[in-house]
Amino acid sequence: MAEKRKKKMGIKQRYSMLTRGLGWDTTYQPMDKVFPYDNYEGIIIHDWEGWEDPFRLTMDAYWKFQSEKEKKLYAVIDSFAQNNGHLGITDARYVNAIKLFLTGVSPLEYQAARGFTHVGRQFRGVGPRVACQMQAIDELRHVQTQVHSMSHYNKYFDGLHSAPHMHDRVWYLSVPKSFFDDARTAGPFEFLTSISFAFEYVLTNLLFVPFMSGAAFNGDMATVTFGFSAQSDEARHMTLGLEVIKFMLEQDERNIPIVQRWMDKWFWRGTRMLTLVAMMMDYMLPKRVMSWREAWDIYFTEAGGALFADLARYGIKPPKYADIATKEAEHLSHQAWHIFYNYTHAAAFHTWVPEKEELDWLSEKYPDTFDKYYRPRLEYLDKEEKAGRRFYNDTLPMLCQVCQIPMGFTDMDDPKTISFEVSEYKDDKYHTCSLGCKDIFDYEPEKYVQAWLPVHQIYQGNCGGTEIEDVLKWYNFNMGADNMEYKGSPDQKLWDEWQAHRKKA
Amino acid sequence: MSVTSIGKYEFEPLDKQENFHGNQLTYINWEQHLLFCAPVCLPLPPEMPFGAFVQEVLSGVYSKHPDFEKIDWDAAKWTLDGADFTPDLGKSLADNGLGHKSLIRFWTPGLKGIAGSHS
Repeated sequence: MAEKRKKKMGIKQRYSMLTRGLGWDTTYQPMDKVFPYDNYEGIIIHDWEGWEDPFRLTMDAYWKFQSEKEKKLYAVIDSFAQNNGHLGITDARYVNAIKLFLTGVSPLEYQAARGFTHVGRQFRGVGPRVACQMQAIDELRHVQTQVHSMSHYNKYFDGLHSAPHMHDRVWYLSVPKSFFDDARTAGPFEFLTSISFAFEYVLTNLLFVPFMSGAAFNGDMATVTFGFSAQSDEARHMTLGLEVIKFMLEQDERNIPIVQRWMDKWFWRGTRMLTLVAMMMDYMLPKRVMSWREAWDIYFTEAGGALFADLARYGIKPPKYADIATKEAEHLSHQAWHIFYNYTHAAAFHTWVPEKEELDWLSEKYPDTFDKYYRPRLEYLDKEEKAGRRFYNDTLPMLCQVCQIPMGFTDMDDPKTISFEVSEYKDDKYHTCSLGCKDIFDYEPEKYVQAWLPVHQIYQGNCGGTEIEDVLKWYNFNMGADNMEYKGSPDQKLWDEWQAHRKKA
Repeated sequence: MSVTSIGKYEFEPLDKQENFHGNQLTYINWEQHLLFCAPVCLPLPPEMPFGAFVQEVLSGVYSKHPDFEKIDWDAAKWTLDGADFTPDLGKSLADNGLGHKSLIRFWTPGLKGIAGSHS
């Protein structure tokens, strides 16, 4: 006699079996011993069931969504390659933005996968555990699809051949690397505040929107399609970021000052890292989307303002130094590009002085500051380059102990003067670039005295040798191809040949 | 501030002076000459005379700037780790009070950088 088949479970029921149904309280060992990391940070949780799952995805639905997106993405990547899509970009200078993304940002996706895998083990609440595990898989997918989308450029352009190796060694890549190292070595709640909230919720639009619309504006369909494919994942990640904040704030009011301090810290670290995006938008895109100043006003001042107005009911204030960061939006891209222009002989991408019309665009977008502080310098550098004396800075820079960026940022009320902060800890001096970075150091000096500062490491002899050539070899650079000025680079020569060929045809 | 951690949390700083082979790190900034994007960092022997520091080290770092040869060193103003400072050119860096990771800033009155832009 045939048994009556059980009715299939609905999606809600399946989700509940997947999460709550798979969680239990341990009996052979105390829960505190099984989950030793989720209470040492001082965050008090009374009821883990109070966690509202931000996205209710079952595994089968997840695989189905993701595989459909993958099919589309890989079809576009294939057609981009078959149709020589790289010939359709606006200018070979654009590829330098890709180089920066692949070496600076994609490895962070992998770091995120590691971080979420770790904290996805550490929460005793089953809801956040599943959410983190799912995000870990997303992040792994992102690093893979980014590498696949961008690898096409590696066939033709320099500087794209050793991204993970460079990420671990090259001086400016220590900026994003140390950001994530800092987050991953924090406790699970701080990790989620740093990555899920400060980065993915508050600042993500300032990273992804500029890169993806920059790609669209500059004819890079492979990267645009990757962006679309990641977008629905990012939307889930953002809701996780907001949920974790609300969860902590609603559980116990003693959590509020801890969460506030993490927000202050990670907002500041995040804005420092976004310096790279600022200069990409204002200097590296041959066809510009909007200025960094405009992006900051829309995505931080307006959108962020609404968010913090919403969080005020929990007693949360906007991040400390948000006012300074808003002033910086006027200067950040120019100061950052100048740092890379100084040291592009030690960078795996090219820099250049913008063309005249591009300088005019910057004058128009930054009417109060560009002509006064930055344009004369760029015109001088252009003149020197044309006279065969391309300017490079031959001495290694002083770095900030916390963000690890060369100390090239000025006092925002006095753009003629570099901003300096210093702390004393156990008879040694630690220099920082800003009050934001100094606060971070002063709160946990034991953590930041261990910073692997590339310049100091070179002088200690830990980076391949004493000569700059030794260090660049240790970075895996192809000398004279990956680094140096754009004008006269092999990238430019190849691009010019293609254009000449096209004209003839 | 105490450290929030799961156990004992004490580590050696990575940049102790003994890691620099007899040198000490010195940070240097020529004020209002931002053609050089940031202060520089150099490992220098503490026994180096301050005169040699000016003539050899500073000219090695900054002589590409068109203002450099116009500097009147007698008029230059100095700070060492945030305090006003008058260097004794005949004495060593250490005897002038420079320690490991000291910051030296100098101003050159009358020189305003590229096209007056403080670059």
